[in-house]
Amino acid sequence: MSVAPITGPVMRVDDLHMRFKRPRSVMERLSGRPARIVHALNGVSFSVARGETLGIVGESGCGKSTLARCLVRLNTPSAGTITYDGRDVLTLAGAARRDYHRRVQMVFQDPYGSLNPRMTVRQTLTEAIQFHGLRVGGAVPERVSELLELVRLPADAAERYPHEFSGGQRQRIGIARALAVEPDCLIADELVSALDVSVQAQIINLLLELQQRLHLTILFIAHDLRLIRHISHRVAVMYLGAIVELAETETLFRAPAHPYTEALLKAAPELDPARRSVIDAVRGELPSPLALPAGCPFHPRCRYVMDRCRVERPPLEGRGAHHLAACHLEAGTLRPTAVQAEAEEPVHARIGGMP
Amino acid sequence: MNSAPQVPEPILSVRGLRVAFGTPRHELVAVDSVDFDVRPGEVLGLAGESGSGKSLTLRALLRLVRPPARVSGEVLWRGRDVLRMAEREVRGVRGGEIAMIFQEPMSALNPVLTVGTQIRENLEEHTDLDGAARQARAIELLDLVGIPAAKARIEDYPHQFSGGMRQRAMIAIALASEPQLLLADEPTTALDVTIQDQILKLILRLRRDLNMSVVLVTHDLGVIAQTCDRLTVMYAGRVAESGPVSEIFERPRHAYTLGLLNSVPRGGALRQPLSSIAGQPPSLANRAPGCAFAPRCPFVVADCSVAPPPLVDIAPMHGTACIQHRKVAQR
Repeated sequence: MSVAPITGPVMRVDDLHMRFKRPRSVMERLSGRPARIVHALNGVSFSVARGETLGIVGESGCGKSTLARCLVRLNTPSAGTITYDGRDVLTLAGAARRDYHRRVQMVFQDPYGSLNPRMTVRQTLTEAIQFHGLRVGGAVPERVSELLELVRLPADAAERYPHEFSGGQRQRIGIARALAVEPDCLIADELVSALDVSVQAQIINLLLELQQRLHLTILFIAHDLRLIRHISHRVAVMYLGAIVELAETETLFRAPAHPYTEALLKAAPELDPARRSVIDAVRGELPSPLALPAGCPFHPRCRYVMDRCRVERPPLEGRGAHHLAACHLEAGTLRPTAVQAEAEEPVHARIGGMP
Repeated sequence: MNSAPQVPEPILSVRGLRVAFGTPRHELVAVDSVDFDVRPGEVLGLAGESGSGKSLTLRALLRLVRPPARVSGEVLWRGRDVLRMAEREVRGVRGGEIAMIFQEPMSALNPVLTVGTQIRENLEEHTDLDGAARQARAIELLDLVGIPAAKARIEDYPHQFSGGMRQRAMIAIALASEPQLLLADEPTTALDVTIQDQILKLILRLRRDLNMSVVLVTHDLGVIAQTCDRLTVMYAGRVAESGPVSEIFERPRHAYTLGLLNSVPRGGALRQPLSSIAGQPPSLANRAPGCAFAPRCPFVVADCSVAPPPLVDIAPMHGTACIQHRKVAQR
């Protein structure tokens, strides 16, 4: 179960860029300054194999949700290409575009915000099935019951409204809604982030089971490293709108090749109380996407920074089998388990002595 | 007494804390029979899922829970009962000896006052410093919590700070009164993991250098493992288990704690089903008569549904409210 049936890439993303223009303020208009540009995606490339789960991890503002929205064409990328099953997604129109939207479905973080509060579960599911003409007449209610069973909701859930369900159940409805149109690819954006741990586990198990049963390809977007590690075949780490590392899950977690991945892994609180550190995993905060740093986007926070990093942006390059990283460091320079050499920032003891 | 290691007296003792809403005939008890102690210099974690009453417990300690909610029980702060103090006396404790920080710094900070004003306000209330000294002290505090160029940023407004910096600013305000106890309600939940790491380590350094105690409310067991000395697990308004973090993580003695720990994915079990807890946490209005966890519990026996099991000591400073704790420990 741990090895994906690799049958060549089904989705391929090539050098995707997404820039948003910020609305200009009155002062900016009067002084004739140009609108400021948010660089949300800066050249993202990857591919996903059929039946594979690709985890996409990163902190807020790294562009992972923008990427998801571009993939389902909720946003139109500024540059770059997306191909699905060999066809250019961004130029699809008419029936072909509808078919793409049927095959690639998105499940959102907040099912309360993405389900129509004035429609019962049955109405929501029926609408989706009928729009794509997947069933007619008496076969529709049959399909609704089938879907509810698939996501393990009781049959009487069909006549109820979204507000009558708990968070975990609502997320199941969101999944049922996505599955209603018989997709072959799911894009799950922070699917379980809003749920309690015990309920999170139920939804993750459901997703794993559905993937096997329906041979789904899944893009699992999340900020929780433990979840990503658990569910993904391969993982892409994003930072400021670009993929900085992409590798098979265990490779990435055992031997990260990018300093940002290393910092992220160190910062994630470990479940073992015996293994504590007192040193900050990474210093500083995320730079603004309005003014990207020159060179490597991570260099202002990187503890391995060299002169070259400040001027030259490293490309995403091979680091061994199925392992890509965008870093100027020689392979093997990172020592994930080594103690950080930097001295702990001294906390001024003077506060206790104040009058 | 000689055989046991010397345990310092608690500075805060909570006994039988209860918070109820609704009418006396249809009472909704959100927090019930909660007992715990905080000792000098320790970090106590208060863990539980949403609706378990952990945040309400924290607020009730400082009398921040207002009528129509009814709060009863004892909150002994260095021998005095906070729940029975006069309002004037409470104001000296709240924000003074005991400070609190919140999950959403943007809604906890005043958006129309500069960060400096908000720190100086607290200094004015709780210290004897004069105006110039307050200003100097405010800059020092901002510097202490790791805000770069503190002097230049002291007259900034909260919206000019990033999420992590706002949380640092809120900690600076809390520290202004040199509190002996810091209550932290999910202080890092809204933050990214690298910023969370920085804030938690800041709290730990401050605890060490200022010899403060900390009560940290969180739903994240990883945060507990990395930060806390002792842990109190809450479920449906009651304490399920309470004890040293290392002991509980190694061998949980309550079926709920065990389920919670097993629900978190760990490395090495790639794409295997997680052991989840069936069902959902109970709603306030609909709690089982006995142990609230019984309907979801894999260890349940008939006795579990009779009355809520009391918190019993099974080791020094380690208590559990689980009839089946021996069975749980064998797992």
